[in-house]
Amino acid sequence: MEGLTIVNANDVILRAENLSYKYDSASEEDFALQGLNITVRKGEFIAILGHNGSGKSTLAKHFNAILLPAGGKMYVAGMETADENLIYSIRQTVGMVFQNPDNQIVANIVEEDIAFAPENLGVDPAEIRKRVDDALKAVGMYEFKDHAPHMLSGGQKQRIAIAGVIAMMPQCIVLDEPTAMLDPVGRNEVLRTIRLLNREYGITIVLITHHMEEAAICDRVVVMEKGQIATDGTPKEVFAQVEMLKSLGLTVPQTVELIYMLRKEGIDIPLDALSVEECAEAIYNVLKPVGRDSDARYN
Amino acid sequence: MPGIIKTEGLSHVYGKGTPFERKALDNIDLEIERGEFIGLIGHTGSGKSTLIQHLNGLLKPTEGRVLVDGKDIWEDIRKVRDIRFRVGLVFQYPEHQLFEETVYKDIAFGPTNMGLEKYEIEERVYEAAEFVGISREQLFRSPFELSGGQKRRAAIAGVIAMRPDVLILDEPTAGLDPAGREEILARIRDYHAIRNTTVILVTHNMEEIARNASRIIVMEKGRIRMTGTAHDVFSHAEDLRDMGLAVPQITQVFLRLREMGLDVDPSVYTVDQAKRKILKMWRDVHA
Repeated sequence: MEGLTIVNANDVILRAENLSYKYDSASEEDFALQGLNITVRKGEFIAILGHNGSGKSTLAKHFNAILLPAGGKMYVAGMETADENLIYSIRQTVGMVFQNPDNQIVANIVEEDIAFAPENLGVDPAEIRKRVDDALKAVGMYEFKDHAPHMLSGGQKQRIAIAGVIAMMPQCIVLDEPTAMLDPVGRNEVLRTIRLLNREYGITIVLITHHMEEAAICDRVVVMEKGQIATDGTPKEVFAQVEMLKSLGLTVPQTVELIYMLRKEGIDIPLDALSVEECAEAIYNVLKPVGRDSDARYN
Repeated sequence: MPGIIKTEGLSHVYGKGTPFERKALDNIDLEIERGEFIGLIGHTGSGKSTLIQHLNGLLKPTEGRVLVDGKDIWEDIRKVRDIRFRVGLVFQYPEHQLFEETVYKDIAFGPTNMGLEKYEIEERVYEAAEFVGISREQLFRSPFELSGGQKRRAAIAGVIAMRPDVLILDEPTAGLDPAGREEILARIRDYHAIRNTTVILVTHNMEEIARNASRIIVMEKGRIRMTGTAHDVFSHAEDLRDMGLAVPQITQVFLRLREMGLDVDPSVYTVDQAKRKILKMWRDVHA
């Protein structure tokens, strides 16, 4: 069976098989997740999009056994989350970061906060010291190790929350709208940090977001609707489906929207320009004076 | 007629005389006319929140004056409270302040404190709920049974029910999904259009500002750095970027096109404007 081989494969970190979930308060047929299948490979940088109530956060909470499947199976690095004996290993493998940094910080000093998880895991003190320092360096907050968290900016606090997760040395970090409460500067700090953790440290990143621009920088975008996956692909593949995304109450980045509208007006311009640079390039190419070489501007 | 809101030499220093002393507002002269839709932007720490808290008397100026309808709001300290009914302030994440048993009671809280008659309170609650799109049935439910977006709208209704002359909203769309954001903005736009209420919208979202505000005020380091229409302000896109503000993606595309040597005006801030400009150029080239 294909399913079995993939579950055992070493390069899979998250696998949901026919996953269903219903909240107690929900009505009989109101499933938050219904028969969802997804596989995330180690080292992926993946965004999950979807309007409120589409099941994004419910799915995220299955990724480290905060919620357990009502139907189907959820595997984390081959471990089934329904197995109670594995819960500590699962939570060490997948760390979670939530929306509000203030709800995730427990100590009065930054470095003590980072040490919280490894202390609870019974890690050796010398090793804790090292992990705290490494984690703070990874998020670029080492020089704030003696600071009080409440004096930091939102972006800095969120990076502290991420460092607290890194100190557990997880293979995967799931972030549920980590930038929703941040200003543009804080948002960039957090995005740069998670990108670095993915690229330099090989940590798998699952980023749940409402910001299409954030999804655009990921390797893979998954769109959810009614507890199922509506589409799954590279950012270019997904954002090219403008009509579908709009029908799901989502937007597309302005760059894609512009090119989409120009195409509707009959201009032959490819719909896969996602970044500002690509979009400008694509527009330049259709606007450049006829007969002039495309390299003319460099002369 | 004087502007509905005016500040003269307004300064505010936090923690004066302590090691944490910090000047949050520095000599602000500002005049807002009745019926304007102001977009207030600035980096975190630029003084936006400090400024709006002065406009309804939550903070007292360290120096300078705040005038509402030409009257210094601190002239008679016993009347400062009345200013809060006239200048309604919706904080960030206002749904965290919902506390009553029912949505109805929550929305009625402000009008009740104004000392209004019961029938008038009722009229205002229904009116405010309708403006924000809360159904009659929802009014008699616990606010905690509502979805995130509905809670936010219920909280906004609580301020609208006071029928303020000025409605100030601090990041009313933060943390909502795109549909929820647009829903809130559409309600605010309608309210502004129908009631001619003066609106001050504080947000980090430049697209929201560009599409809604009749005038934009840009703050930096406790001062007003720019003020003007979206067209005026976004024609200084480079300056905005230097102030750590995110200019709309579409403006960035036009800045880049200009760098590439195309003769374009980069003060474009909506997708629709961009489309029209490019179409015109395309037709010129391919004519």
